[in-house]
Amino acid sequence: MRHIISVLLENEPGALSRVSGLFSARGYNIESLTVAPTEDATLSRMTIVTSGSDDVIEQINKQLNKLVDVVKVIDLSEGDHIERELMLVKVRAVGKDREEMKRMADIFRGRIIDVTERDYTIELTGSGSKLDAFLKAVSREVILETVRTGASGIGRGDRVLKL
Amino acid sequence: MEISGAEIVVRCLQAENVEHVFGYPGGAVLFIYDELFKQNRVKHVLVRHEQAAVHAADGYARASGRVGVALVTSGPGVTNAVTGIATAYMDSIPVVIITGQVPTHAIGQDAFQEVDTVGITRPCVKHNFLVKDVRDIAATMKKAFYLAASGRPGPIVVDIPKDVTAAKARFDYPESIGMRSYNPVTKGHGGQIKKALSLLMKAERPMIYTGGGVVLGDATKELTQLVRKLGFPCTSTLMGLGGFPASDAQFLGMLGMHGTYEANMAMQHCDVLLAIGARFDDRVIGNPKHFFDEKRKIIHIDIDPSSISKRVRVDVPIVGDVRDVLQELLKQLGSGSAKQDAASLKTWWAQIELWRARDSLKYDRASPLIKPQFVIQKLHETTRGEAYVTSDVGQHQMWAAQFYKFEKPRRWINSGGLGTMGFGMPAAMGVQLAHPKDTVVCVTGESSIMMCIQELSTCKQYRLPLKIVNLNNRYMGMVRQWQEFFHGNRYAESYMDALPDFVRLAESFGHVGMRIEKPGDVEAALAEAFKRKSDLVFMDFITDQAENVYPMIPGGKGLSEMILV
Repeated sequence: MRHIISVLLENEPGALSRVSGLFSARGYNIESLTVAPTEDATLSRMTIVTSGSDDVIEQINKQLNKLVDVVKVIDLSEGDHIERELMLVKVRAVGKDREEMKRMADIFRGRIIDVTERDYTIELTGSGSKLDAFLKAVSREVILETVRTGASGIGRGDRVLKL
Repeated sequence: MEISGAEIVVRCLQAENVEHVFGYPGGAVLFIYDELFKQNRVKHVLVRHEQAAVHAADGYARASGRVGVALVTSGPGVTNAVTGIATAYMDSIPVVIITGQVPTHAIGQDAFQEVDTVGITRPCVKHNFLVKDVRDIAATMKKAFYLAASGRPGPIVVDIPKDVTAAKARFDYPESIGMRSYNPVTKGHGGQIKKALSLLMKAERPMIYTGGGVVLGDATKELTQLVRKLGFPCTSTLMGLGGFPASDAQFLGMLGMHGTYEANMAMQHCDVLLAIGARFDDRVIGNPKHFFDEKRKIIHIDIDPSSISKRVRVDVPIVGDVRDVLQELLKQLGSGSAKQDAASLKTWWAQIELWRARDSLKYDRASPLIKPQFVIQKLHETTRGEAYVTSDVGQHQMWAAQFYKFEKPRRWINSGGLGTMGFGMPAAMGVQLAHPKDTVVCVTGESSIMMCIQELSTCKQYRLPLKIVNLNNRYMGMVRQWQEFFHGNRYAESYMDALPDFVRLAESFGHVGMRIEKPGDVEAALAEAFKRKSDLVFMDFITDQAENVYPMIPGGKGLSEMILV
């Protein structure tokens, strides 16, 4: 089953490689992994999307907690949560595609953030499946480049991951 | 007053009351060696290979219960040390390894003797540090010692670039250190302990299975009390030997791949299993699927939550320091009113005695060749079971584990997890330095001993009177045994050709060498060797080449599928 795990860890050099090394050494899946400092600059927040049986997910949680740099771990998928991913897509925008691409961006509530005579760069946020849906909706040939951040997640309401 | 980073390192070691540092100098650690030279509180032991430095620190730690310390230079110093670090990691041994690094400005430039130490060691340490600022050395060293010894112990690497050891700062060693990201649980959950107790009381076929955690957690006294109070059978893993006295009738011997018939059968057929500081690894329970052919309730006490429900599902997990949990368990046992099922227990013991009567460790005592088991039995008698015994890896290790009956913890020192050939002699050096007045024996084989044979030189320099028992069968015995059982007797590359004359080899290093070729000479040779209190004696026992370790659970098989003699 797919799980989205949030990790609060010391903002130290090498902390990321401890986590990624753990996943590769123990053969766990990583669908995506994002990390950046939090409002407290000494801490980083990581979101890992992974999958595995209940036993594997339990081990992942325990192994993450065992890392000395890790402060807290929660499995967001155990409760209500929101996840968002950012995608930048560069599409060809000439001739009839120019209008079509503008319309598609609007439908998906994306924004065009860079424009040239030949292409648009569209910014889209949403769940992973929404981004997938966008890519499906526009034809393969128009897509010049895509870049995705991987999911970031947060618990709903008073589910807070903090020190 | 400001002092150099190198002096800070040495002052930290003094503050931690470190007696011995095992190491080997080189360019990146010269400032540290210079500071070691200027003082005499911390004694340096010069090994002949960095692998041995870490094994010696590891042996010191296992035998003394204190943190072992090794010091090596950058690059090859570190890569040589990695085997030692991984060995300590797999067996959860508290060791601090200080490694030199090229100067900070040269890091990443492929400088001479540069490796990414933190990167290379990351998967085989509990934690590691690269210290980039001289002002961080003291706090990092404090953390290193704290992390190494607390929670589930393990090796910690502190990598220090050369310029950082030359730079100056004030020395201020922290009294204590708090880390918000590291708070190992020590107290077991009272409710869980209660649940465990009620399960134990209802058991009809109970079993207690203990591991290295009992030894590392100094919980021998509590374990012994508990086992005797409950009257249950008790077995131990390779790492846990000595945690419960081997001579006790409630002890069924070691379990696992080469465990006794009674221990493995009882483990397989029990209805309530109490696992203490053990981790159900593949050499212990064999195939977990087969293990679950029988239904049983499992209680598991361990300091490391990730050891619980890793290979087998557990019914009552108890995370905590083994000694704390056992104390609480004993307290609740004393005050509780629940009675055990005496009749079932009696029937269970009767069954176990039938298994025990199978005498699974028997061997041919009338053989005209020296049987390795016989040597270990005589070694046990000669040393009255009181020696510290280290071993290398292979058949001799299993025979030592089976036939040297350990009564006390920290006496049996071997590489259980990683299975590192070459561990025995350097580890014994560390043990001897931790216990200078005690008898230290290294049980080894002709193949293992060759992997760190250079340490005979270190033993001479520091006058370490080890007794080396070399069970010489001219084969990598365990490899040969597997080839005999599973590869149609094709002994691919397992014959040790062109062996040295070990007697003359030992003598060339300034030690005493003995060769023993007849069973009738074994006892006298041992007596003679142990009389030589101040000499290292290398005893080369020429043993039966065809002897195998029994019982044996083949890979992928279950506990009750042993090959017996």
